[in-house]
Amino acid sequence: MTFKSAVITFPGSNCDRDAVTYLEDLTAGPVYKIWHEESTLPNVDLVILPGGFSFGDYLRSGAMASKSQIIKDVVKHAESGKYLMGICNGFQILTEIGLLHGALLQNNGLKFLGKNCFIKKRNRNNFNKSIDDDKILEIPVAHNEGNFYCDEDTLKDLLDNELIAFEYCDGQYSLDEANINGSLKNIAGITNKKKNILGLMPHPERAYQKYHSSEDGKLIIESILS
Amino acid sequence: MRLKILIRLKSQILEPQGKTIEQSLANLGFKDLTNIRQGKLIELDVPDNLKSEEKNKLIESACKKLLVNEIIEEYEVLG
Repeated sequence: MTFKSAVITFPGSNCDRDAVTYLEDLTAGPVYKIWHEESTLPNVDLVILPGGFSFGDYLRSGAMASKSQIIKDVVKHAESGKYLMGICNGFQILTEIGLLHGALLQNNGLKFLGKNCFIKKRNRNNFNKSIDDDKILEIPVAHNEGNFYCDEDTLKDLLDNELIAFEYCDGQYSLDEANINGSLKNIAGITNKKKNILGLMPHPERAYQKYHSSEDGKLIIESILS
Repeated sequence: MRLKILIRLKSQILEPQGKTIEQSLANLGFKDLTNIRQGKLIELDVPDNLKSEEKNKLIESACKKLLVNEIIEEYEVLG
């Protein structure tokens, strides 16, 4: 069965092309490029909301993009149980839509972070099931608002339902001092309860080729396909 | 009618820009100015012919749908 996917482009998206090549190279299936003003999605297995600065990050990161025309169909796609992944600005958009818990605040150090970071899997799901529990992934981050926040009840829900997909760690597998942006519980990525939607601050699409600084980003698509 | 909507992060959320401003002011000698928090102000025109109740409903709806993320923010309509 051919694996089909789509990448949505908003005005200000800048990782959409990387996301398309990431999917083309790793899934070998067709990848549809969809403009945010379109009203229907093709029938695909996975949709990626890519990174960037949709609508200039005006008002709040992801706020305007979450109201785009295509989002109604993206929500339908996700409600049918198919995969939806938001990377960086895409994660911010997913929280603004309300498909994922919480919100992404400004990094606690007030700096834009553009560097490689280390993450590890916390709760198993279809986006990380091929990754060994003790594997430390090296993946780049590039964000100003990546500080995951939610209230205590929501955090309890995330913990009780095992919705934390990835957490920041350091190269020695310690969580201490590895929290690059102030995120609650070192959260780098979460899923919804059905675990078919992933929001992730690091950029796996920037870490999958031999000429990238790491190829660990492959493991997410390999997990989805396995 | 022109209205102002004041939006700020909820008080329990750390507001790092305010902290930085506070530090800079302290460096300039304003050590008595503390607990600084920065928010945002949106100004807009509302049709004059709306009744007060309709106006409130319209603003509330716009805030909930787009202008405010109530997970992290709270808002206040200033006359």
